Amino acid sequence: MRRGIAATTLVAALGVTLAACGGSDSGSNGGSKGSGELSGTVTWWDTSTVGSEDKVFKQVAEDFTKKHPKVTVKYVNVPFGEAQNKFKNAAQSGSGAPDVIRSEVAWTPDFASLGYLAPLDGTSALKDSDDFLKQATASTKFNGKTYAVPQVIDSMGIFYNKKIFKDAGVQVPKTIDELKSVSAKIKQKTGKTGLYLRGDDPYWFLSFLYGEGGDMVDAENKTVTIDDAKGVKALATVKDLVDSKAAITDATNGWDNMQAAFKDGKVAMMINGPWAVTDTYAGKEFADKANLGIAPVPAGSGGQGAPQGGHNLAVYAGSKNLEASYAFTEYMTSVETQTRISKELSLLPTRQSVYIKPDVATNEMISFFKPVVDKAVERPWIPEGGSLFEPIKVEYTKVLTGQTTPEAGAKAIGDSYRKLLKDWK
Amino acid sequence: MAVDSPSQSVAKAAGDSVARGRSRGTGTPRRAAKRSLSTHWYAWAMVAPVVIVIGVIIGYPLVRGIYLSFTDANERNVARSIGVNEIPASYEFIGLDNYKDAITGSQFLGTLGWTIVWTVSCVALTFVLGLGLANILNRKIAGRSVYRMLLVLPWAVPGFVSVFAWRFLYDERRGILNQVLAGGGIDAVPWLNDPTWAKFSVIAVNVWLGVPFMMVALLGGLQSIPGELYEAAEMDGASAWQRFRHITLPGLRSVSTTVILLSTIWTFNMFPVIFLLTRGGPGEATQILVTQAYKFSFEVSPRDFAQSSTWGVLILVLLMVFAAFYQRVLRKQGEVW
Repeated sequence: MRRGIAATTLVAALGVTLAACGGSDSGSNGGSKGSGELSGTVTWWDTSTVGSEDKVFKQVAEDFTKKHPKVTVKYVNVPFGEAQNKFKNAAQSGSGAPDVIRSEVAWTPDFASLGYLAPLDGTSALKDSDDFLKQATASTKFNGKTYAVPQVIDSMGIFYNKKIFKDAGVQVPKTIDELKSVSAKIKQKTGKTGLYLRGDDPYWFLSFLYGEGGDMVDAENKTVTIDDAKGVKALATVKDLVDSKAAITDATNGWDNMQAAFKDGKVAMMINGPWAVTDTYAGKEFADKANLGIAPVPAGSGGQGAPQGGHNLAVYAGSKNLEASYAFTEYMTSVETQTRISKELSLLPTRQSVYIKPDVATNEMISFFKPVVDKAVERPWIPEGGSLFEPIKVEYTKVLTGQTTPEAGAKAIGDSYRKLLKDWK
Repeated sequence: MAVDSPSQSVAKAAGDSVARGRSRGTGTPRRAAKRSLSTHWYAWAMVAPVVIVIGVIIGYPLVRGIYLSFTDANERNVARSIGVNEIPASYEFIGLDNYKDAITGSQFLGTLGWTIVWTVSCVALTFVLGLGLANILNRKIAGRSVYRMLLVLPWAVPGFVSVFAWRFLYDERRGILNQVLAGGGIDAVPWLNDPTWAKFSVIAVNVWLGVPFMMVALLGGLQSIPGELYEAAEMDGASAWQRFRHITLPGLRSVSTTVILLSTIWTFNMFPVIFLLTRGGPGEATQILVTQAYKFSFEVSPRDFAQSSTWGVLILVLLMVFAAFYQRVLRKQGEVW
């Protein structure tokens, strides 16, 4: 008898366990435009700088509900460094992925080639697509289809602290040689370091690579070019900047350290893009915004070159609420929204018609960056584009910390590219 | 494993004797099995949930991981179904190629070398420090319980919290450690920016995290050594070192062999310390096998699932070989384990 009771209990317990394991298929957030009106929830993963840009983007995103009162916008800020991986995890498993993601330009062809993005041609997400800058739309295409809508475009320049420059009596460096002599003079006169060189993110290496006339790959000729003489020279250049104490760097936590050092006036210069402007203005050295100067990146032996970057908005192919997501994407990239973003955050719009808006045309940062973007070096928009950075990251840090030589570093990057890009030279 | 074995052996012994008793002379093993099932269905039912749960949460991933290590699976060729896009799997079986690449390439061996250095130095330092502290705390000193509590603190704080705290302490420009050194007129130390210092730093944090466990375990061992032994030794004129060498150490053997084995396995696979402090950097200076395997499957693009599982299987094999070897050495020395 006792045994019987125990067995029954056991079976019951098993049943409960099984019931708990099954089920919990998350309720779909449903909603469509059944009656012509959009409803449901749109989750947006934003990657903008936390503490400065994110507040504005959150507000702008939630204002979408003013136009479509039945739609709920869920704003989620995912740190830029984690977003690519997080999205891949979520997109592949099919749970927890957002409806709309702010996808960096190099990620877009990667996500699209993996089948994670919904094609946008002929949907309401694309409106007046002729108005977009040509460079901005280049990264949104994959295999002849459009998978994203350009949100912002950017490039890089030298941010400098005008006060320190005045104290040291120096001019903004135009070449890397000048950068070294200017840094030496700043050190001598003020005791401060010239440049903060970001050593943990390969993106900050690109302007030195382009400055020597090099590139990561030559997509037209299917050739890996990072390990040619120019690539080696570029690695030697950054190493020399650190060795000669013209620059300081970190192998970890580079973004925070860079912003802190520059905002507190411990370094006179940093290389950065429009996304850093709002955060930099919050620093104590820049309470007077006029103290922040900006100039093109210093030229190497092969001229001047800064990478063209930016962000697109893409819609997840598995979204349960595609129609509202398309509409949200359209709203976030519309002339009206871009004007507002440009005004509040000094980010560069992707629509030509926004640049001539009065408040945008007079914005100092935007009018500086626009010609820079026009001249900026475009990256090859291949699906592997997002994979090209990891090998540089490892070797770039190794070179800066003296674990390998520029030659060996460049060769190691080249080798891993050839492994990644089948049949390339 | 050790936990499983007694219950298993008991069940088997019971099952065997009964089955043998009843089936004697009646014939085929199959019928015996059937009879055993009908007699012991209750036992099987009791075992079933555990077997199922273990099978699902350990067995399936393990088997699948081993299978993937024989293929060329990566992010671009595994099956995915995303809304309107249905993409079937297209990876292929490639045999032992992944293992050949891993074992002949310099990356695996290089990483393994540092992983061994990391494991040995962490375990040795934690053991020595833990033993020292346990000995100190095993005496009657004022405020003993307060010290004990303080020393267990690193254990009580969640690992990732303390690792993050260390990361802030180590920061070259804004960290407290360098500010303290600057107060003493010493130049900033590149704790996490220089490859050699980074290795030192990660080991220091892991030792800091691991000492409480060693200390508590060894303290328990110390308290089980009868005090009479020490009294007798003292009477015989044994010095403090002799008492430690000939009473304490042998008395701690059973405890210390277990904690060293556990600590070796944990340290070998200590993911959070490396990942959160340096992410394996600068460059790949502090990359251990597990963090590198993680990198293959989550950080590089396209994600290389095959390579990652190969490294995972190799880690498993290495640890199993180590455990078997360790056990054999102990058995030779007359230790029942």
